[in-house]
Amino acid sequence: MPHTKRRRLVTTAVAVSLGATTLAACGSEDGGKAESGPVSLTYWTWAPGMDKVVDLWNKGPGRKDRITVTVKKQASGDTLVTKILTAHKAKKAPDLVQAEYQALPTLVSNDALADISREVGDVKGRFADGVWQQTTLGTDAVYAVPQDIGPMMFYYRADLFKKYGLKVPATWEQFAETARALKKKAPDKDLTTFSANDSGLFAGLAQQAGAKWWTTSGDKWKVAIDDAATRKVARFWGGLVKEGVVDNQPMYTPAWNKALDTGKQIAWVSAVWAPGTLTTAAPDTKGKWAMAPLPQWSLDQDVTGSWGGSSTAVTTDSAHQAAAAKFAAWLNTDGDALNALAKESGIYPASTSAQLSGAFSNPPAYFSNQADFYTKAAEIAKTTAPSAWGPNVNVAYTSFKDAFGAAAKDRSDFGAALRKMQDDTVADMTKQGFEVSR
Amino acid sequence: MSSLALRKAAPAAGTTPGTAQGPPLRRRIALVPTVTLLLGAVYTLLPVAWVVIASTKSGHELFSTFTFLPGTGFTGNLKDLDAYRGGIYWEWMGNSALYAGLGAVLSTAVSAFSGYALATYRFRGRETMFNVLLAGVLMPPVILAIPQYLLLAKADLTDSYLSVLLPQILSPYGVYLSRIYAAAAVPADVVEAGRMDGAGEWRIFTRIALPMMIPGMVTVFLFQFVAVWNNFLLPYIMLSDDERFPLTLGLYTLLEQGANTPALYTLVITGAFLAVLPLIALFLVVQRFWSLDLLSGAVKS
Repeated sequence: MPHTKRRRLVTTAVAVSLGATTLAACGSEDGGKAESGPVSLTYWTWAPGMDKVVDLWNKGPGRKDRITVTVKKQASGDTLVTKILTAHKAKKAPDLVQAEYQALPTLVSNDALADISREVGDVKGRFADGVWQQTTLGTDAVYAVPQDIGPMMFYYRADLFKKYGLKVPATWEQFAETARALKKKAPDKDLTTFSANDSGLFAGLAQQAGAKWWTTSGDKWKVAIDDAATRKVARFWGGLVKEGVVDNQPMYTPAWNKALDTGKQIAWVSAVWAPGTLTTAAPDTKGKWAMAPLPQWSLDQDVTGSWGGSSTAVTTDSAHQAAAAKFAAWLNTDGDALNALAKESGIYPASTSAQLSGAFSNPPAYFSNQADFYTKAAEIAKTTAPSAWGPNVNVAYTSFKDAFGAAAKDRSDFGAALRKMQDDTVADMTKQGFEVSR
Repeated sequence: MSSLALRKAAPAAGTTPGTAQGPPLRRRIALVPTVTLLLGAVYTLLPVAWVVIASTKSGHELFSTFTFLPGTGFTGNLKDLDAYRGGIYWEWMGNSALYAGLGAVLSTAVSAFSGYALATYRFRGRETMFNVLLAGVLMPPVILAIPQYLLLAKADLTDSYLSVLLPQILSPYGVYLSRIYAAAAVPADVVEAGRMDGAGEWRIFTRIALPMMIPGMVTVFLFQFVAVWNNFLLPYIMLSDDERFPLTLGLYTLLEQGANTPALYTLVITGAFLAVLPLIALFLVVQRFWSLDLLSGAVKS
C-alpha cells in the first residue's frame, strides 16, 4: 500500500514525459471516436447559475459537436473532494468536476483526474503563469483548466480611515502601525481580526511572503509549512493578536458581520470576491469601502497571494475525455461563456483577457464609489505569487484551524501552532504512504 | 446526574395526589427534577425559538437587530425561497417526504415482521441472528454509507431514489425494538390459541399480533422517519442530481456555494424552519397512538 501511492506520483510524471508521443498517437483515435456520435457528459459544480452557462454550450458549440453537458449542482468544500474520490473508487465519477486548486494534488495522486494536455495545451497563453502552473503540478501534464481566481487585496472603510486620520498601509509594518494608531484613537475599534476558521487566508498570506508549503524533488515530497516565510507571517499576526491591536474572533459569524456593519472592524484582508461577502455581511456600509493592494513585506516588492479560486477538471472515469476537455476549454476561455459566468455565477475569471471584458467594465455595485475596481483588480491579479499545493492540504487546513484557533483565542504563541501544523501534515503524509524528505 | 433526577421524576409525576408520600418529602423531590427538566426544555427549545425568530428577519435585519426581536421579512423570505431556482426547495421537501415516509413505512414493516418472528418462533441461529442485530444497533450508520455506496454502485443504482431508500429499510434498532416489544405485548398463549383455532401463521400475525404491536410500531415508525428526515451523509454520498436531494442536502448546497458567492443565510434559515414543521405535525398527529405506553398492549390482552 505505501508503495503504490509513491509510485503513482512518479508514474504520472514519467508517463507524461516518456509517453507524450504514444499518447498523441492513440489520442487522435480518441478524438475521432468522440466526434462520431452524440456524447453526453455530466458536470459536478457548485457555481450558482452554472446550468444557464452550460445552456449556452448545449445550444451553441455543443450542438454542433453533438456534446451535451448536464450540470449536477453540488456543495463546495473538502467534502466534495471526498465525494469525488468515493465515486471514483466505484468508477462512477462524473465526466467533469469543479475543483479548487489546492484539491488538485489530492485528486491527481488518487488517479482521479485525466491528463488533458493534448486537448487544452493551446489555451495556456490565456492565463497568468502562476495560475496555469497550479493545474500542471509542475509536470508536463495538464489536469484542469483554470476557471476563477482569488487574488488577495486589502479592503478598508475609506470614510473611517479619513475620520481617524489613517493612511492605507503599503507595507505590513505600516499595517501594524495603523492598527496601533486606531487602537489609540478609538480603543473600542479594531483594524481587523485574525481569524483561524478559513485556512485559505493564512495560506494566501504565507504564499505572498514566499512560502512554498509542498514541493517535490525526485520521488520525495518536501513539506515546508514551518519555513522562514510562513514563520514571519505567523509571528507578525501572533504579535498583533498578543498586543491586542487586532481582534482574535473568527470571520463569517453573526458577530463578525455585525462588527463590519457597525464599523467596529474597519478593514479586512480578503480577496477579489469580497464585495459579494460584504454585500450580505455589512449591507449598511455599502459604498463606504475601498480596495487597495495587499500590504507588502518590503516596499520594493509587488506581490499578492491567492485565496480561493477553482478549475474545471476531466476525470479518468470519463468515457469521453476529449469531448469533456473541449468543453472545459470553451467554458473558461470563450468570451460569451466567461461573460455568462461572471453574470450568473459571480466569478472572477482566471482568463486574463476576460478580467477587463464587458462584465468587468463597471465596479461591483457594493463598490460603486471605486470606478477602477476591476482595472486595479486585474493589475493585482498579475502579481499573484506561485503556489505549491500538496496531496493533503485538507489535513494541513484542519490542523491550522485547531492549532491557530486555540492560539488566537488564548493570544498565545503562533510559532508553536505552526510547528504543530507542520508535524500533523508530515505525519499524515507518511501515514498515507508518501515519501517525505526531512 | 440528570438521569438520576429523571428517574426520580417518573414516580413523582405518576403518583395520584394524596397517596404515598407526605407533602414535605414530595416537594423536595419534585423541585430538583422540575428544575432539571425546565433547564432541559430551555436548552432544546432555545435553538428552535432562534430559528423561528430568525426566519422572520430579512437579510438586512438578520445580523443587525437584537437576536430575539422578530423581524419583518418572513413573507419576503418565503417568496425568495419559493422563487429560488424555480421552487426547487419544494422538490427537496417532496423528496424528503418520500424518503422519510416511504422509507419509514417499509422499515417499520420489515421491523415488525422480523421482530415478531424473532420473538415468537424458536429456530436454530435465532440468538446469533439477534446478537448480530444488536451489534448493528451499536454501529453508527455513518460508517456504513461509503461501503453501501460502493455496493449499490455495483448494482448500478447510485444517484437514484432507490439508492437512498434501500439502505434505510433495514433498521437494526427497529428490529431490536420490535422484538422486545413483540415479546412483551404478544403473549405466547394468544398465538397458541390462534393456532388451536386453526388460523394460519400469516393470519395470526396480521389479525392478532400486529394490532397488539401497534404502539410499538408507531414508535419504530417515528424513530425511523426522524432518522431518515435528518439523514445527511447517506444521500450526500449516493446522490449527485440535486433534483433528487432531500432537504438536508439541498439546504447544505445553499450554504456552500463557493467563496465568491455568500451563503444564502435567510433562505437556509427559513428553509430549516419550514423543514421542522412536518416533523412537529407528525408528532402531534401520531401522539395519540403513542401515548398508550409500551406495556398497555400486554395488559389489555
